[in-house]
Amino acid sequence: MTLHTQPVVVNIGPHHPSTHGVFRMRLTFDGENIVDVEPVVGYLHRGTEKLAEERHYTQVITLTDRLDYVASMTNNEAYVLSCERLVGLEAPERGKYLRVIAAELQRIVSHLIGTGFFLQDLGAFATPLMYCMRERERILDLFEMLCGARITVSYMRIGGVFQDAPDEFWPALRKLLDELPRYIDELEGLITTNEIVLARTKGVSPVTPEQAINGSWTGPVLRSTGVDWDLRKAAPYDAYDKVAFDVVVGENGDNYDRYLVRIREIRESIRIVEQCVKQIEPGPVRATTAMLFKPPPGEAYVPVEAPKGELGFYLVSDGSIKPYRCHIRAPSFINLSLLREMMVGWKMSDAIVSLGSLDFNMGEVDR
Amino acid sequence: MPGGQLVTSINQRLPETALMADAEAVWVRPDAIREVCALLKETQGLEFNLLSSVTAVDYVEHFDVVYRLTSIPRNATAVVKARVFGRERPTLPSVSVLWKGAELQEREAYDLLGVVFSGHPNLKRILTWEGFKGHPLRRDYLEPPLPYSWPHGG
Repeated sequence: MTLHTQPVVVNIGPHHPSTHGVFRMRLTFDGENIVDVEPVVGYLHRGTEKLAEERHYTQVITLTDRLDYVASMTNNEAYVLSCERLVGLEAPERGKYLRVIAAELQRIVSHLIGTGFFLQDLGAFATPLMYCMRERERILDLFEMLCGARITVSYMRIGGVFQDAPDEFWPALRKLLDELPRYIDELEGLITTNEIVLARTKGVSPVTPEQAINGSWTGPVLRSTGVDWDLRKAAPYDAYDKVAFDVVVGENGDNYDRYLVRIREIRESIRIVEQCVKQIEPGPVRATTAMLFKPPPGEAYVPVEAPKGELGFYLVSDGSIKPYRCHIRAPSFINLSLLREMMVGWKMSDAIVSLGSLDFNMGEVDR
Repeated sequence: MPGGQLVTSINQRLPETALMADAEAVWVRPDAIREVCALLKETQGLEFNLLSSVTAVDYVEHFDVVYRLTSIPRNATAVVKARVFGRERPTLPSVSVLWKGAELQEREAYDLLGVVFSGHPNLKRILTWEGFKGHPLRRDYLEPPLPYSWPHGG
């Protein structure tokens, strides 16, 4: 007897606990198997690029906080670096180190959130996520000391950072750095060799390096396929040329590798912050700039290695106090290019896990 | 890679395609953009294999479509621009046959700036919804007067 099946279209989202915000997937099923997938985005579109055209350069910093809202520091960094390139300005040494410390702490936060929600999607409901959230809270406390805010930080300014770290910041950072490796061990002990995690993620949705490059993937998802590409090494900005760290690469580019690369990057981030704490010297944190930032006509693009991938602001200046055009190269958005390659042929439950392993953020996808 | 060098490497193999250059970018004929990208992607010694971004800038009298390419093996970047004219349907070929990563970004440029990429497999609005009027990132875009009467999203 032969069974005849008809393709069935199922909408996952836009309001669905596994879609990390308001993201919709139109999945076409043949029985249990996925035969087609189409991402539908735009539910959170706020027109950041248009808003940026109507604001002063400095005011746009607050908009960048709201792009990838679990990695505001790196968003700030990418934007101010592009602004500085427009006028050929450089932040003072201490400012650069403070930026790197903030950005790497933010990377840890983002990767913890990514890992937590990845496990949530696997069905490990709430417990591992709370482990991740616990460490995140401690880092957000540090951000609060730096700038008074926890999520929408706006800590970086054109020419440096908003203010020097207060005295109580350094002992708190020391304590965190001493304790964090042990917490990561604890988290990894729960996951990395967990049989259920291995069975559900190892070999699932593999992506080859050729596919990944063809789909413009960047960041941890690209490195998980084995491509050694990290903008902190390839085009060092701020103080990254003065610190030693390894670029973490995976092997198979499957869901498990994407998770593993993130966990290992957390350890490298801790290494970078340790070195920054040793190397940082007293001095000014912000270059003296004019009250109103008014760059000459021209354009600038400085990509940074954000937790999700290559993030850059393409700024076109016409010589006025507002950007003529501000295009955001959003890694979360572009990393969605390969959904079809990842999901077709796999089952519904695998698709949810693959989506979690991409670690995208809807604030950045929709902008 | 400086624009001058790019002009030489492109014009060597595709004569009279690269039109002008500045310190960073090269402007090429819009109808030849796919050939230029294929050349930059596949030629030994250039190998710009990663399409970092595609976007467009509205200069009112024309649009500049900006392609930012990265070479992972050589650790180099190239900026290729194509100038398209007309406000109705400024058109140039899509590069999504070369890079799958161009698909979503070209849809975004179409949605927000109204640049049409011919040969794109699925060129429709992405961030705004079907039925949205106009292209919001154009310099002459005006918001509809209040009260808004948006059609229902699709």
